[in-house]
Amino acid sequence: MKKAGPLLKRTIPLMAGVAAAALLLTGCGGASVNQVAAAPAGAGDAPCGSVSVAMNAWVGYTANAAVYSYVAKNQLGCTVVQKDLNEQISWQGFASGEVDVIMENWGHADLTKQYITDQQVAVDAGPTGNEGHIGWYVPPWMAEKYPDITDGKNLNKYASMFTTSESGGKGQLLDGDPAFVTNDEALVKNLNLDYKVVFSGSEAALIQSFRTAEQNKTPLLGYFYEPQWFLSQVPLKKVALPAWTEGCDADAEKVACDYPTYTLNKVMSKKFADSGSPAAKLAKGFKWTNDDQNSVATDIQGGMSPEAAAKKWVDAHEQTVKSWLS
Amino acid sequence: MTTLVRDQEKVQPSPSPVREPRRLPSRRTILLVGAGIIWILGFLILHGTSTLTLPASELTDLHRSLNQFNAWVAANRADNPVFLYIFTPLRAVVDNVANLFITLFAASSTGLRLPEIGWFGTVGLLGWIAFAVGNARVALLTVAVFTFLGFQGLFVEATYTFALVLTAVLLTLLVGIPVGILAGVSTRVATVITPVLDFMQTLPTFVYLAPLALIFLIGPASAVIATVIYAAPPVIRLTAHGIRSIPENTREASDSLGTTGLQRLLTLQLPMARRTVVMGINQSTMAALSMVTIAALIAAPGLGQVVVRALQSLDVGTAVNAGLSIVLLAIVLDRVTTAASRRAEPGAARTGRISRRNRYIVLGVTLAVALVMVQLSRSSLWAAAFPKDFNIGPAIVQAVSSASQWMQSNLSLFTVSLRESVTTGILNPFQSLLTDTPFYILVGVIALAAYALGGWKLAAVTTACLGVIIYLGLWSDSMVTLAGTLVATVLVMVLGVVFGVAMGRSQRVDQLLRPILDAGQTMPAFVYLVPFLGLFGATRFTAIIAGIIYAAPVAIKITADGIAAISPTVLEAAISSGSTPWQVITKVQLPMARKSLALAANQGLIYVLAMVVVGALVGAGGLGYDVVAGFVQSSLFGKGLAAGLAIVFLGILLDRMTQAAAAAPLRKIAVAKSPST
Repeated sequence: MKKAGPLLKRTIPLMAGVAAAALLLTGCGGASVNQVAAAPAGAGDAPCGSVSVAMNAWVGYTANAAVYSYVAKNQLGCTVVQKDLNEQISWQGFASGEVDVIMENWGHADLTKQYITDQQVAVDAGPTGNEGHIGWYVPPWMAEKYPDITDGKNLNKYASMFTTSESGGKGQLLDGDPAFVTNDEALVKNLNLDYKVVFSGSEAALIQSFRTAEQNKTPLLGYFYEPQWFLSQVPLKKVALPAWTEGCDADAEKVACDYPTYTLNKVMSKKFADSGSPAAKLAKGFKWTNDDQNSVATDIQGGMSPEAAAKKWVDAHEQTVKSWLS
Repeated sequence: MTTLVRDQEKVQPSPSPVREPRRLPSRRTILLVGAGIIWILGFLILHGTSTLTLPASELTDLHRSLNQFNAWVAANRADNPVFLYIFTPLRAVVDNVANLFITLFAASSTGLRLPEIGWFGTVGLLGWIAFAVGNARVALLTVAVFTFLGFQGLFVEATYTFALVLTAVLLTLLVGIPVGILAGVSTRVATVITPVLDFMQTLPTFVYLAPLALIFLIGPASAVIATVIYAAPPVIRLTAHGIRSIPENTREASDSLGTTGLQRLLTLQLPMARRTVVMGINQSTMAALSMVTIAALIAAPGLGQVVVRALQSLDVGTAVNAGLSIVLLAIVLDRVTTAASRRAEPGAARTGRISRRNRYIVLGVTLAVALVMVQLSRSSLWAAAFPKDFNIGPAIVQAVSSASQWMQSNLSLFTVSLRESVTTGILNPFQSLLTDTPFYILVGVIALAAYALGGWKLAAVTTACLGVIIYLGLWSDSMVTLAGTLVATVLVMVLGVVFGVAMGRSQRVDQLLRPILDAGQTMPAFVYLVPFLGLFGATRFTAIIAGIIYAAPVAIKITADGIAAISPTVLEAAISSGSTPWQVITKVQLPMARKSLALAANQGLIYVLAMVVVGALVGAGGLGYDVVAGFVQSSLFGKGLAAGLAIVFLGILLDRMTQAAAAAPLRKIAVAKSPST
């Protein structure tokens, strides 16, 4: 009883307060800023509502998404919600309605089968116009000094040069985010290379490593890809692996060939595609070149906000944007 | 390289004969030394054979069959009764609660996405609640912090996080306190629940994020459920511990008055356990806050998203700015709950300067003010969304970025040589000692050590754990993880004892260090991974540092609490008999805080293990990498799940061995290491 007394006395005013607050909220609901402001927000031509854009973690993707978001927001009057997610997780969002559109998709045959063919919660929204290449790269100074290094067959010869304290006595092959599309571990094994894959964790870490390697002329072999703004600053050299042939990468554990050329595309949720939202039409129409993407990505990397970079590009390419919307 | 390790081998068990020169300990020493010798011989002679290595991209049949889970969920979501009647309704309920708080504080889904209560009202209302349950000081702190969050330009993100934490903590307490009481009252419940809690705490968060996201779909609901799983164990454990640790004679006194079980619970056990329960609520809240941040990976909105984005672009400034918000939120939550518990102490009301009636008047007036603020925030725009003109966030980001740039360019020589010397000098030899020894030798050695420490039972448990790890196909990766974990834990315990003793002995040091420890504990790992990634690159060393930062605060706090709880009369007796401070520490305080030290070692180990996975994001490798890769690549889903289980069994193994070592009559610190040798 001694305890219950003060406890009760303290809780009663609290409860009363909460109740009063609740009453106040419901009572004054009509005067809320929220509702008042809601009316002019939908002033565009067609009702657009809200679009959730998945944000995957590389700057090229950010460029696509930024331009898409900018146009959707400013020309269609949509509310754009950007969500930072991994590639795989983004696809899961199609089913729950958390994600409406993925603006740059690299292949992902398994996910395409699962979500587009089997579950039918997503649809292909057409190519972005970009062509993607994945591969192993060395900094330019190495390609100059050791010309034969760009042939994958010679990699073992140079393995000792690439050893680090992380690579356990073998040569280090630096990969990016574990979420990125990669066959590198299988490749190392199946091509009998004396290398170990070490993950740097992100695109930013990869870029930083390549930059330092070129600056200090230290050896580095790493996973990289195009289109990529960084290649215009430091033109990394691709190492040739056995050429890709149809089906050579069908079994992820037995891959022994280079990466294919990816036709990058957009993917959107079935619900969103069927909604008739102008934003869905925009997503289907969106198409540009590698140079376009690189120019936006370079601006973003240079410190511009994605939105400002998108505005700059959109203002300079009004015709292209118009063609997306028609 | 091997000689170095062999020296350690002989040194470590040696404290045992010094302290208790009886027959039993010396036999244990012989067994431990014997295990060490077998290990070294096995390593030297059979080096590199039967190491059970599995390349990272390869799967075993078990992993392939676990991969099927993914497809199974997809196929059964629509019509399986488990989904229809359990998972889907659960998701709906949690989603609704979360959305209620989100629309209240963070953003409604309509129009301008302004919340029901704008920033001004939120500040007023939360300030008033802090005043009502705590005191004026914490109310002021709450108001100041939430206003500062606005200045940082992160008010919306912070309220998203706050709303999710609120949801998760409410659900956690709803589940945790009753379970904790049951476990405290009934020994049978406790024995059933303890391994479950161990499992929940050792299972790395990444492991259940992936299946949870599959089952409950990504979004706030899965984030909250994941957070509850992560945050419930502390409050359950501490509630049970609080009830259990009531002195036997107090209980008997109550029983002799003829109280029934329920009366005893309500009038004796719960009130007496209150401090410990509140400590549990504290810990759970902190855990919830850090988990909500990690849950950004499955689309939980809030500050975590900002941090994740910063991690991916190595943007130290943004990460620190958002990290600061999280720490400030943590401090508010911590201080308010602590103040509330102080008020609840008997007699607290009487000692207050203001009489009860005046207090009600003050409460009423301030409530009116708060409600006016709420109303204002609903009717005028300046009070609804935090004005953008006062945003100092970019300035903070800029300043931190340039500072970290400077450090990266000027300290790199020092940091690189530190990293290289630790990696090649300690970590690599120790790791190869674990990975290159044939597995059967190591299993035998560990079983022998376990037998020496805890008898046949412990030997059987450890062998079973190792057997499961072998079955999971991840022996070699487990040994890599074990090496990193043990190195980090040893360092954590060194820090734990040094700072814990300092804090336990001096109130002032305690007050100075505690906020820093809170910060280290609540700041999501991601935040400090970013600067360390800049300084040390993506290496196992960075991961070890991250583990230490995460685990050391727990070890330090528990040690400090243990030391501070020693009865002052004992200390005075020791001092008056002429002991030097050093003697007091080594002869009185450390031995008497033995239980706390054991708990600290235990918790430190578990925390380091949890961090090993997050460390995989910056190059830790081993099981952690398998888990992370399984989270992000569906072809590796099964392997990630298996790796998560392997971490749990590794955790159980280490946990049981440290407990057994602690129970033995030895100095804890020396023994805590011995299972590793």
